[in-house]
Order: sequence, then C-alpha cells, then structure tokens
Amino acid sequence: MSKMPIRLTVNGVPHEVAVEPRRSLADTLRDECGLTGTHLGCEHGVCGACTVLLEGEPVRACLLFGVQADGRAVRTVEGLAAADGTLDPLQRAFWENHGLQCGFCTPGFLMLATWMLEQPEPVDEARLRHVLSSNLCRCTGYQNILKSVRAAAQALGKWTEVAPVR
Amino acid sequence: MNWTGRRLPRTEDPALLRGEGAFTADLAAGARAVRFLRSPFAAGRILSIAAPDLPPGALLVTGADLEGVGAIRPELFRFNYRAIAQPVLPRERVHFVGQPIAAVVAATPEEAEDIAEAVLLDIEPEEAVVTIEDALRPGAPTLHAEAPGNVVVDGTIRHPDCEAAFARADRIVEFSLRSGRQNATPLEARAGLAAHDRATGRIRLTASCQMPHMLRTGIAALLGMAEADLQVVAPDVGGGFGQKMALFPEYPLLVWLARRHRGSFCWIEDRNENLIASAHSRDQIHHLRAAFAADGTLLGLEADILANTGAFSCYPTTCGVEPLMALAEYPGPYRLPTYSARARALATHTCPAAPYRGVSRPVVTFGLERLMDRAAAALGLDPVALRRRNLVTEFPHVTPTGLTLDQASYVEALDRAVEAADIPAFRARQEAARREGRYLGLGLAVFNERTGYGTPAFAARGMGIVPGYEVVDIAMTPAGEVEVRIGASPHGQGLRTALAQLAADRLGLDPSRIRVIHGDTDRTPYGWGSFASRGAVIAGGATQLAADKLAARLRRAAARLLQAEPDSVTLRDGAAWAGEASIPLTEIARRVHQRSEQLSDLGGFNLAETASYDPGGTFSNACHVAEVEVDAETGHVRILRFLVVEDAGRLLNPLIADGQVHGGVAQGIANALLEEVLYAPDGNPLTGSLADYLPPSAAEIPHIEIIHMETESPETLTGAKGLGEGGAIGAPAAIANAISDALSPFGVDIAELPATPARIRALIRNAR
Repeated sequence: MSKMPIRLTVNGVPHEVAVEPRRSLADTLRDECGLTGTHLGCEHGVCGACTVLLEGEPVRACLLFGVQADGRAVRTVEGLAAADGTLDPLQRAFWENHGLQCGFCTPGFLMLATWMLEQPEPVDEARLRHVLSSNLCRCTGYQNILKSVRAAAQALGKWTEVAPVR
Repeated sequence: MNWTGRRLPRTEDPALLRGEGAFTADLAAGARAVRFLRSPFAAGRILSIAAPDLPPGALLVTGADLEGVGAIRPELFRFNYRAIAQPVLPRERVHFVGQPIAAVVAATPEEAEDIAEAVLLDIEPEEAVVTIEDALRPGAPTLHAEAPGNVVVDGTIRHPDCEAAFARADRIVEFSLRSGRQNATPLEARAGLAAHDRATGRIRLTASCQMPHMLRTGIAALLGMAEADLQVVAPDVGGGFGQKMALFPEYPLLVWLARRHRGSFCWIEDRNENLIASAHSRDQIHHLRAAFAADGTLLGLEADILANTGAFSCYPTTCGVEPLMALAEYPGPYRLPTYSARARALATHTCPAAPYRGVSRPVVTFGLERLMDRAAAALGLDPVALRRRNLVTEFPHVTPTGLTLDQASYVEALDRAVEAADIPAFRARQEAARREGRYLGLGLAVFNERTGYGTPAFAARGMGIVPGYEVVDIAMTPAGEVEVRIGASPHGQGLRTALAQLAADRLGLDPSRIRVIHGDTDRTPYGWGSFASRGAVIAGGATQLAADKLAARLRRAAARLLQAEPDSVTLRDGAAWAGEASIPLTEIARRVHQRSEQLSDLGGFNLAETASYDPGGTFSNACHVAEVEVDAETGHVRILRFLVVEDAGRLLNPLIADGQVHGGVAQGIANALLEEVLYAPDGNPLTGSLADYLPPSAAEIPHIEIIHMETESPETLTGAKGLGEGGAIGAPAAIANAISDALSPFGVDIAELPATPARIRALIRNAR
C-alpha cells in the first residue's frame, strides 16, 4: 500500500515521515517516530494505554490514523520529563505514591492526568474518578493512581475539596 | 539503618514513568512480523490450508512444515492424569476457536494480516464440547483418545470416617456453586521476538513471560535444539497474573522461524487473540455437602470439584493445577475433622486453562464462605460466631489433606475486621435502608492462602516438572556495587526494590548500591519465576542467604585488612567495622579485585556467592469485608465499603504490599461482578473485545481499606509470607456474601459468579 508523507510535531520536535493511510497514530508514533512510550493495550479504544494529547486534547492514538495528525502537534509521555530525565511533578507523584506496578498503562494515565491538570477548572474527588475511569489498569486497583494524581493536583494548586459549580 | 520494612519508592519506576521502559513490542524494530491464523471452529478436521500468491519475502508456515517439532505434553504422575498433547501447529484437527493453525510472515504487521486474510482454510466442522455438562454427557465427543470421557485428571481423597460424621450431624448443608470463566487480562498481551545471532548461531527469544528459564527448557526440548543455544529474555513485562507462565505454541514457532530463516521474527498479540486464545481460568462447578453439630461445629465436608480446563493441558503446571489445588486446599483455615473429595479436570473445545491469580482459591473461598453463611442461617447462629468456632487457633495444625498450617492469625484477623466493620452500626443502617426499599448487605470472607511453597508442594502433585526452589548469585563489583542475579522473574511486583532492601540490611549498604538483575537466562541462575505468591518468600529467602554469605566474605577480608578477628567485624553504613577501626566496602572490593596479593593468604579469595532456597511453604491469611447496596429493580451492585485485614507476615516494603492487595481486590471484584468469558453453544467465543469482557475501571473499584497484621512465619527465612494473590481470593466470596445478605428478604443465595445484574434479577424474580 502506498505511503503518504506527513509532518507532525511531537513534543515540540518536528517529524517528517511517510505512512500508509491505514496506519494508526499509535503505530506512527511508535514505529516511524521511534517513540515507544505510547503503549497499545487493546487497539480498539477501550483501555486508553495509548492516550496522547493531540492539539492539547486527550485522544486514543489507536483510534486515529497517523495521517490525521498531519500538520498537528502531539504530546506523548516522552515529553513530560525534563531533557536530563528529571521527572515532572505528576510523574514524581506517581513514583512516590506507587501509582504504577507493571507500568504498561502508565503512559496513558499520565497523559490523561496531564490534560486534566492543565484545564482551568479545579479537580475534586468526583472529577478525578470520572476522568481517570477513561483508562484501564490491571495492576493497581486504581487506588494509588488516584492518590498520585490527587497529590499532584494538590501540589499544583489544582485540588478542591468542594465540587465546582458547573 | 533498617531498609527492610520501609515504604521505599521503587527503583523500577523512573524509566517506566518516562516512557522509557522496554516491553517486547518496543524492541521489535527491524524484525519481520508474524501473524497467526487461528481456527474459526471449536472442533473440526483440517482438509487443506491453501496459500494465496505470496509476495516476495512472505512466508506461510503450517503444521506440515514442522517436521520433527515435538508437541507440548506436560506430565503429571498422579491423580489419573492422562497426558494429552498440543501440537505447535496442528495437522489434522482443530480443538478450539483461536487455536493457531498457521503463521504468516511479512515485512509489516499490516501486510501479514492482509496475507492471513487471503489464506483459504478448509476445515470440516465437528460437534463441539463446550461446557462441563457437555463434557460429562454420555456419548459426548471425545477430544483426546488418551482421555476417555474427556476426563484428564481424576483425583480423590477419601476419609473413612467421613460418612460417620454425616450420620451424627445435626444439620447437613448442601449446595452447588458455579464460577464463570475468566481471562487474567494483563494490559500488555503476549508478545515474542525471536532473533538469530549470526556470529554465534544462537537465538534470543524476548518474550512477555513469567518463567523465562522454564520457557527456554521447554522450547529447546520441543525443537530438539541445544538449550545453551537459546537465550530467553523477559524484558519489562506488562502484567501476567499467571497467564504468562505457560509455554504457548506461538513461542516455539517464533524460535523455529528464527533458526530456519536466520532472522528476526516478532509476534505482538492483539487483544482479541489474548481474550480468546491465550489462557482462561476459574471455569468450575463445585458441589459441597457439609455436616454440622447444632452448636455450629463443622464435623465433615464432602466436595465434588469439576473444572473445565479447555482443549489442552498447560505446560508446566498441567490442567491439574485448578482441580488439584481445590482438592488439597478446600479445608481452608477451618478445623475440619474429616474430608472426602473428588476433583476432575475436563477437556472441552475451549481455550486451555492456566493459572490465574489465586488459581482455584477464589472459587474455594466462595464455596467455603457461602457455606459458613448458609450454615449459620440454617442453624440460627451468628455467622461470625460460627466462623470463630471453627477457625484453627493452634499451630502448627495439620489439615485433613496433610498440609501443615504455620503460625497465623485467623481468629484475630476476623476479630479486627468485625471491629473495624462495626457490624451493629451497619445492621442499623441496613434496617433503615430496608424501610426505604433499599437493600444493603455486608459479607465476610475469611481465608488462608498457601504461599511461598517450594518443590515439596509441587512434587506432591506428581508434576513431571517440579518447580519451587530459587537460586541467587550475588557478587560485589571492583567499584563496590552489589549485583544480585535472581532466577525469579518479576513483572510489576517490585522485586528489584524489595530484594535490594533485604540485601542492603545484610550488607550494611545503601540499596541504591544494589542492582537486582532478572529476566535473562544468560545473566541469571536457573530459577522459576514470579507466581504463587512466592517472590518475597523464596527469591527473598535466597537473596538473604546469598547476601549473608557475601557479608561473611566481606567480614573475612575486612578482618585481614584491619587485622581483627572476623567475628568482631560488623558491616554498617557502607563500611566494615572492628571497634573504632573501619574500612569502606568500596576499598575492600577494590583490594580483593585489584590488589589481591594483599589477601593472598586467604587463597583464591573473591566476592561472589550463590545461594539456593527451597522452603516448604507458609500460609498467609486475611479477612475481607464488603458492604454493598443492591438495586433490586436493576440487579446492579454498588460496593459501599471494602475492608481488608491482611496478615502476610513481615512486610518487606509496605508500599508495595498495599499495591498488591489493591490490585488483587480489584481483580476479585471483577470476578464477583463483571468479568466472564462466554461461549456460544457451538464453541464460538462471545467475549472477544474489551467491550464484551469487562475489566473494571476506576468507576467500579471503591476505596480499599487495609489493616495489616504481621504474624511472622517461622517457616520462611525473611519472616514474610506471600500476598500477591490474596486480594483476588477473598473479594469474590465477601461480595457474594454481601449480596446474599442484602437480598435475604427475597431469600436469594448467590451461587454463581459473576453476579451480573441479569443473574441477580433472575434470582429475585424466581424467588418472588
């Protein structure tokens, strides 16, 4: 099958690659851009392990084609830590609170939570659980993932004990 | 400095958090893609497999190509086991939907899928045997000629005085229960990458597996190749929960391809394959009959255990693993004077069964704990008091199946749980809710969990391959770091951190100076893996032994260098001390390696040791409490509270221990309410996606409260008992009891899991 040239920016770095139109964004990131931190758990949009941010919005990279990212900006887990490897506050919260076990779902949860913490609205318990129920984890029972994101939200001044008025 | 017992964040995590982990699929660049063609029929005769015109470089491999390749045929020398064989690729018959029957190789996964879809499979379907009832039906088709009546394992235990116990019983409680079929569903599905090394002629198989050494042994035997020419690597592994223990046919096929075609071949399983064709578990029916005295004393138990173990027998545990564990461990934590049981493994045209977190114990605990509640109701006794009356309180205690229960806290854990649950307050809430037409329920599950068992336990099952021991090689580098090479192979349990904590204390060294190396048959001693809640106990025990031996060597060298007696030397803060005098361990390491002439009188001295550990096993225990609300109109169950009182002995790292409990409970909740592999009557799987098979999300899993007790085991070196499986064992029973309690006004008894809304509605309807 013929390939289409696309340009996308991943974590601020421009990439020019050629992909088959049927190749998913996840495979494009993994195989063409060499960024294997985005994991594939189900390839049918349920588990969320492949969650990345496309133009700032969380998406399932398995449900988009690579060509749909042409001319657009993608953020993946590889873009969270500093260039020297220093973890960002969310990653650090996951580390300190044992928010991961096997680590396979972790990139998806990190991107989903990164998006949530960048939104203007504060995060309360209900929103935390609601948003994070988008993704599946098989190891942690979610408790320490919730705890990690809660801790990061508190550290970033995004946490509220009271539900915001919508 | 005491490192053991601290909530130390894991050394595993930073790379995983940066997305820099190395899972099998992350290493596949440059490899050719392999796609398996899988049987669309549960049973049938292969007439032909016709290849389309293959593009250059593509391959189609069928069973006919695998001349000389053996079949997977694990052995069990007891319990009337019939050794049945699973071909790597079948030539004559297919035995379940999803069974690999051919492999396509192409440059990319997409291309391989295109070719696979164009292959013409001509299979003549035959009548399928799908359920336990199907398998037992007189005249049912037989899957394997070696196993007449589809019975692959038939074990019995008969105590002659059992009948007498029933004769003098005041009350006999009898019922059947059914456990739905589950898939362990690790978030990373299976994956394998076999690469031929032209310089050495060796093959390296990188695979998402739990037992790399066993996989190497099994594949080398199947292919008739030198085991030394095969390296198996378990890189980062995205969960396993037992599913990734087995030797699956896909892996020897990858190694065969790499050898035959002198290249790299990669298979990344998709979720549909994993759901229908990896391994299933827990598809069981138990019939229980128990004799009680009027005061609630349990007098005797009879159990008939039936396990649907699918089309083949998993290697190395065999399909006996589920029924025989239930047979041996049904007495649980209770004083049981007499016991008779029969346990059978039945072959069906379904995906083969393999161990899954807890193996049979979630079903056994479901049975025993429903029994306790049913007996209490039948006798008009308080269910907590009934349990307390029958729990073992004196240790060691020998069960009617010959297992020795070591020091534990069965009654104490129950009491702590009952106190924390505040049952009187709950009963008041329950009463108030019922007046409003709402149904609250509270359920308990008390259980013990045999953990950390070595070869004696596996040998008692009569296994042809007896796992159990672990070996640890330990050495100090010339720069003074310590390398701990373990045969076990963790996949998320944090052993790299916990074992470093253990070794750090023995060596007086900071854990950051210790590297735990695992998951590579070239770099680690022969060992078994992470399964059966054994890492902290067995790999931990071997690490402790090895570290002690290395510490003795360091003390000996220090004594020589400080001119002191070895017995007077202690190791702490990265140095060896004799009174006021000290020498850094880094300096000892440097001298031993680079200035060995200073230690020449010690004779060929080095800083390497090895230790092996093979314990008899221990029992951890727990009490789970679930509080639920059942919507009687919809059958929906909401968990209001979940409490775990867990006693896993000494906790090496409580942060990790809590995580294991959380994760286990979540899987147990899924077992109780959500997850079920379903087949149509013709053997076609109905749950081939995560839209049909339902692992829980954060919306379904409540906050889990944990209270730890730490009864140290005299049976383990580290004092730790295993706890990896416990969460999954207790939760289904506690929730089944809670739902039954909630719906007691309807007279509903939960006897089948998962308790889906449809099942609960049917029970309420039928009760009305």
